[in-house]
Amino acid sequence: MIQEIAFYLFAGLMLVAGALVILSRNPVHSVLWLIVAFFNAAGLMVLVGAEFIAMLLVIVYVGAVAVLFLFVVMMLDIDFAELRAGFVRNFPLGLALAAVLFVELFVGLVVRSAGGLTLGTPDGSAAPSLGTTNTEAIGALLYTRYIFLFEAAGIILLVAMIGAIVLTHRQRPDSRGQNVSRQVARRPQDATRNVKPEVGKGVQL
Amino acid sequence: MIGIEHYLAVSSILFVLGVLGIFLNRKNVIVILMSIELILLAVNLNLVAFSAFLHDLTGQIFAMFVLTVAAGEAAIGLAILVIYFRRRGTIAVDDVNRMKG
Repeated sequence: MIQEIAFYLFAGLMLVAGALVILSRNPVHSVLWLIVAFFNAAGLMVLVGAEFIAMLLVIVYVGAVAVLFLFVVMMLDIDFAELRAGFVRNFPLGLALAAVLFVELFVGLVVRSAGGLTLGTPDGSAAPSLGTTNTEAIGALLYTRYIFLFEAAGIILLVAMIGAIVLTHRQRPDSRGQNVSRQVARRPQDATRNVKPEVGKGVQL
Repeated sequence: MIGIEHYLAVSSILFVLGVLGIFLNRKNVIVILMSIELILLAVNLNLVAFSAFLHDLTGQIFAMFVLTVAAGEAAIGLAILVIYFRRRGTIAVDDVNRMKG
């Protein structure tokens, strides 16, 4: 009973938040609703015993991606009302396409539960062993069988990081940075002058 | 009893919401990126639900990789958005035809 209540709570809140992400006028509100949707999805994942992915969702999405979105939305000075032109015009087509997609997905779901397709059964090689937590089981699988995929994921993140830096980095011609090689190459005899001024004359600067 | 069908129904609704968001906010590329995140979240929910109900952890591991790619995609997409805004002063993407592709 408590499981049903929790499921419908999380699922309902997630769908409402997802609808508000695409419908709200202000993109800042959209980002905040996106955070709500991610939290509730994490709740749904905890409910089926996938704690590690749920916590990853909270940390990576809410902690990094959503904050990145929020940062960009607030940094850019954009007239959002102008961008909403065409919202009503696109509504019927979008709704029709969404309805078609949803009916298709639902037909697949019904066919599956009616036994219309066989998906095959897992061979049990990736089954979580008894007595281990979800995180331990994922770690045991990730660092053995999926180690190369794991490293490929690391390379993807590295490429994304370097790409984002290269794209947004700009050289400003008017900024006065430190020129280390010029500083090192400077010698005392170029920089100083040894003069012997007459008394009462002073020096020429 | 909550079965896998409940999870599949919820994630398909979320997926359709994401697709609808791309259609409704054709000009606002920030909301388009958020809709893509919603779609990927629906896919992740599907993977995790199947993984849990079939007692096979492969789905959760693949959900992790989807998460990785989604994070990279968001970072690159927002970087492109920032330089586009720096050049054009707007983020309306329905008239992006500079490269005549």
